[in-house]
Amino acid sequence: MTKLQQQITLPNGLVYTQPLGLFINNEFVAAKSGKTFDVINPATEELLASVQEAGVEDIDAAVDAAEAAFNDGVWAKQEPLERGILLNKLADAIEAEADLFSAIESSDNGKALWSAQGDVALAIKYFRSTAGWADKIRGSIVDSGETHLNLIKREPLGVVGQIIPWNFPLLMLSWKLGPALATGNTVVLKSAESTPLSALYLGTLIKKVGFPPGVVNIVSGFGRPAGDAITKHQRIKKVAFTGSTAVGRQVLKNAAESNLKKVTLELGGKSPNIVFADADVADAVKHIIVGIYYNAGEVCCAGSRVYVQDTVYDKVLAEFKVAAEKVKVGDPFEEGVFQGAQTSEKQLNSILNYIKVGKEEGARVITGGERFGTKGYFIKPTIFGDVTEEMKIVKEEIFGPVVSITKFSTVDEAVKLANNSNYGLAAGVHTADLNRAIDVSGRIKAGTIWVNTYNDFHHMVPFGGYGESGVGRELGAEALENYTQVKAVRVGLKKVFK
Amino acid sequence: MSLSTTIKLPNGKEYEQPLGLFIGGEYITPEVDSKITVINPSNEEVITEVYAGDKADIDKAVVAARKAFESPEWRGIAASARGDYLYKIAQIIDRDRELIASIDSIDNGKPLPECVEGDLEEAYNVFKYYAGFADKITGKTIETSPEKLAYTVQEPLGVCGQIIPWNYPFMMLAWKVAPALCCGNTVILKPSEVTPLSALYFGKICQEAGLPAGVVNVVNGYGKTAGAALSEHTGVDKIAFTGSTASGKLIMKAAANNLKNVTLECGGKNPLIIFDDAELDQAVKWARIGIFDNKGEVCTSTSRIYVQEAIYDKFLEEFVAHIKDVTVVADPFGENTTQGPQVSKMQYEKVLSYIESGKAEGAKLAYGGAKASEKGYFLNPTVFSDVQEDMKINKEEIFGPVVAVSKFSTVEEVVQKANDTSYGLAAALFSQNVTQCVTVASKLQAGMVWINSNNDSHFGIPFGGYKSSGIGRELGPYALDAYTQTKAVHINVGLRV
Repeated sequence: MTKLQQQITLPNGLVYTQPLGLFINNEFVAAKSGKTFDVINPATEELLASVQEAGVEDIDAAVDAAEAAFNDGVWAKQEPLERGILLNKLADAIEAEADLFSAIESSDNGKALWSAQGDVALAIKYFRSTAGWADKIRGSIVDSGETHLNLIKREPLGVVGQIIPWNFPLLMLSWKLGPALATGNTVVLKSAESTPLSALYLGTLIKKVGFPPGVVNIVSGFGRPAGDAITKHQRIKKVAFTGSTAVGRQVLKNAAESNLKKVTLELGGKSPNIVFADADVADAVKHIIVGIYYNAGEVCCAGSRVYVQDTVYDKVLAEFKVAAEKVKVGDPFEEGVFQGAQTSEKQLNSILNYIKVGKEEGARVITGGERFGTKGYFIKPTIFGDVTEEMKIVKEEIFGPVVSITKFSTVDEAVKLANNSNYGLAAGVHTADLNRAIDVSGRIKAGTIWVNTYNDFHHMVPFGGYGESGVGRELGAEALENYTQVKAVRVGLKKVFK
Repeated sequence: MSLSTTIKLPNGKEYEQPLGLFIGGEYITPEVDSKITVINPSNEEVITEVYAGDKADIDKAVVAARKAFESPEWRGIAASARGDYLYKIAQIIDRDRELIASIDSIDNGKPLPECVEGDLEEAYNVFKYYAGFADKITGKTIETSPEKLAYTVQEPLGVCGQIIPWNYPFMMLAWKVAPALCCGNTVILKPSEVTPLSALYFGKICQEAGLPAGVVNVVNGYGKTAGAALSEHTGVDKIAFTGSTASGKLIMKAAANNLKNVTLECGGKNPLIIFDDAELDQAVKWARIGIFDNKGEVCTSTSRIYVQEAIYDKFLEEFVAHIKDVTVVADPFGENTTQGPQVSKMQYEKVLSYIESGKAEGAKLAYGGAKASEKGYFLNPTVFSDVQEDMKINKEEIFGPVVAVSKFSTVEEVVQKANDTSYGLAAALFSQNVTQCVTVASKLQAGMVWINSNNDSHFGIPFGGYKSSGIGRELGPYALDAYTQTKAVHINVGLRV
């Protein structure tokens, strides 16, 4: 018998019913193939649940539902105001169960509970903010003279595919769903195979607050075959993907080979965090710590290359080492823990491999450099010194609590080092000098420059990458452009007046 | 007199009506004991008395509003937190909408179902709309040269005085208060002395929503006293007014003393143009809505109808038949009422005198033309036809259920006639020809043009007039311009002298 739901008791004692099926047309259904996959708690390595795995046929079913909702259903015919109302209701519903969502997220992803609570609060806030956009989509009129009326409208795209990562499951889901729904599209969303639980639970709220069937479809599955089925689908008009640059390339290829669907990508990074001699050292160190150890380093814009001006290098490094060694690693549900588990065994091994490679290439382990404990996918906060720019650990995205630190002397050198990457997602600049801050932020090729702060987001400030870090921007008013297309209507007017 | 009283509404509901001035988060009595009598226009009986404020109370309100404007509880909070307050207010309005609508119905005379589905639905949507805007007020960065980093910030104005009319009491409050708060201002609202009740009730909503004290202040009073004091107060950064053009001029003059920001929504003598290719059945129905909705007490009422000669007679015949068919002039709390009483004795008598002037100047009375009852300010919908351009009923704003109909032959002629007024608030036109519609719309001197509908406003679309119909726009994103000011910041990056 297909198990489509399961009672789960979370580590903090909360008990709830976790849906296991694919959420299609407002119902949880079994995968057509009957296949399931396991969901592991990375802090304990124990099985949380087995969820249904979406295959090509399931994606087709989801697209059918989304297309019907877009073309014929209530969603298409109602006022934009109604979309905003539903998004606000969704935010209210998540807020009513915020504690549960936080606990699900911590158990599934491994992040410390305080961090999951932060994610949930941000997701609620973002759904509310996008609710406010729904009835404010505007285009423009261009005056080209009396002979024409030129209307420039913004219309929704249709069925959009969204593929989200495992590092901030619920928050990334809000960044995707919010703007897509506010602008009138319908959605087929695939969660990451490591972290499907909070997305499925959200499905129960989607139905509860009254979204019409087919508007939001949420499936669990792997890049192959479910992700591919989405990116190759002939009737999906757009795909939004957050994940690695390698997979991002494949997404673009699939889109091109199928129906030239629109693509936006949020990919990897190897973001530099630069400390100038006049920076406040204590503050800079705080931001460096947040920059690489927040979310156990599983952040696309992690400040994973630290560059410190030579005159303060020793001081900064000393304080940084002390701070890194104070970072408490452990059980996500334990008070005072800052850094939880890496999200999966695969990720753990990948990071440990980079640490091995770093040692082999001759970098020096200043602190950390090994697994923490024997149960759960924990890694000690790690700092590598004596690195060269050619080392793999300096060039490639590790996506874990591992950072390299190097010194520089001049501003020009710092900028050159910062830009020495095919990525361009973010950068940190720590300095007290206003002119230097403006100058350096102008010269670094990255989508977000943080001055005297790091990993410091606001939902109205757009986020996205230069270069191989991505295509397009999320958050801010810019997010709406991802989910609308411009239609120009040019009306020829015959002469009416003598 | 106590600071509140229990009022029993005609539908049996009872509620506590605040009677005091709402200043600094509390209801208080005015400095000088003064009262306004609130009359029920359906039966001419006294509903209650409320306290009236004057200059000294305005001064107090300004102090409270300024303090709130600069307080960390308002100035220091995130923009989205302001949105949260507005969203909460919207939810309370939604919950209490039957009650608030009943208050406006008894005070203003508009039919209750219309008030619930029209006025209150709009007020709720407006608060929600601006709740969603609070975190989206952005400035710009402007590229000029490598030596300058320039950006603009949209900052609130400060303490805003807002004087609202009696024709849509609670809805007008929403149009004013919501965007002002969205942008971070604090407000002193002076409701109309004719319909003060729902605005005073709003103070309770602000308290329940937890809005910091002094962010919203409601000072009841007369235009000549409280209104004038507010307009000329040098501690007030902006005055927003909706009402007659005559009062608008006085307010603008008063506001000149400290050059405070002024926005005005004034009168109109709005034309409805029906071309001979119009879908006549629809034109007739929208024409009725355009002048008899809200008993004609609407700034955008299309009180002049121009019908192309080929269909003139047919239109008049169908128009009058339709009015006869659907109109029920009766008690606002009655089951089938489409038209309630005029809001006050003064308005009632003014409209009657315009009707007399129409008759005296020789216009043909096609329908109505008299009062509809012995008690209460009820009037029959009135249609004058064969109206000449220079007749008073064709040139002056009547603000009642009286419409002037005349014929035209060419499009040039009707556009010229439509624009021949110092007003310029709205216009409506009916035609099936796209080019004609769009071209005529472009030629009409009006802030709003409706094509194949009438008085069909929406809170996301700017509302306001050309010429003497006003200054500035309300609603949509345009209201944000009315409630912010631009600061340009230039950072010199290395230009040395």
